Amino acid sequence: MSGLLNMDFLDEVRRMNKRQLYYQVLNFGMIVSSALMIWKGLMVVTGSESPIVVVLSGSMEPAFYRGDLLLLTNHQEEAIRVGEIVVFKIEGRDIPIVHRVLKIHEKENGSLKFLTKGDNNSVDDRGLYAPGQLWLEKKDVVGRARGFLPYVGIVTILMNDYPKFKYLVLACLGIYVLIHRE
Amino acid sequence: MAGLTFCCFLSTDFNLNQENVTLGTGKVSVKEVRDYSAEKEKKDLGFIVFDLNADLTPLFNWNVKQLFLYLTAEYETKSHKLNQVVLWDKIVERGNNAVFDLKNANTKYYFWDYAHGLKGNQNVTLTLSWNVIPNAGRLPKVKGTGSHSFVFPNDYTSGRF
Repeated sequence: MSGLLNMDFLDEVRRMNKRQLYYQVLNFGMIVSSALMIWKGLMVVTGSESPIVVVLSGSMEPAFYRGDLLLLTNHQEEAIRVGEIVVFKIEGRDIPIVHRVLKIHEKENGSLKFLTKGDNNSVDDRGLYAPGQLWLEKKDVVGRARGFLPYVGIVTILMNDYPKFKYLVLACLGIYVLIHRE
Repeated sequence: MAGLTFCCFLSTDFNLNQENVTLGTGKVSVKEVRDYSAEKEKKDLGFIVFDLNADLTPLFNWNVKQLFLYLTAEYETKSHKLNQVVLWDKIVERGNNAVFDLKNANTKYYFWDYAHGLKGNQNVTLTLSWNVIPNAGRLPKVKGTGSHSFVFPNDYTSGRF
């Protein structure tokens, strides 16, 4: 079966002339660059360095489960207030955390200290912060959750858990784009 | 299909998700306590019991998976223009009872101030807000209509309460 597929695939490539081959390669590059453009464009529109995040833990259940997708904005003029779901980064940790703001103390000059907690956790996040860190500040925030789509992010979780699956998907997509003819 | 999805989105996106809430407080006191969970300095720690009366059942339309309710105390101190502290929260999932009638309820979280801003504070406002968690869509944050303001006493309480 796989031999047959292989033959088909090679046959397809052999039947293309050079011009067509270049065209398909360029087409592939076009898709990659427009995906990049969309991502970068979203970064500009939302003001967040990562406008879409996948929920990786159960600490916000039952609101968000593993694999749910969140759309973020991070406009500086929107104030951070209690009850908001923020995505923040902690020094020394790669993975951003999605939790809810529990208390804020804001000075007249706008400098803000706030504390977060996961809905499903029984204690606040001071244990998660860097050693000695008691409060988060605006600079720690990656974005605030604005939109919610369930389950969609499970694909990326699968891809991270099983790298072979990721390469398989990428290879299939790549081959499809290269040999697909309108 | 895309049109249908969009219509579904429109059918709930303009909801204000607004409801009336009646709040009140019972016994209010303030102590000066060392906060070992944070700066390990002495800070003002408030104690309140609160009353809450609200019917949030009408908020549950087809695109509401869960409500996250939170009771906020908002006040101003000398050092900080705006302080907001969540004292109590509650997750209400679809199918749960969304009618609340609490009397003299205890707070779920400690009411720590950042420093010494609670003793004699003349205006602390309680409000109930909710974050609507949809099946899919936006995540609106709504402040309930109705608030309650109270005053902290001018002296620290000694003893347990």
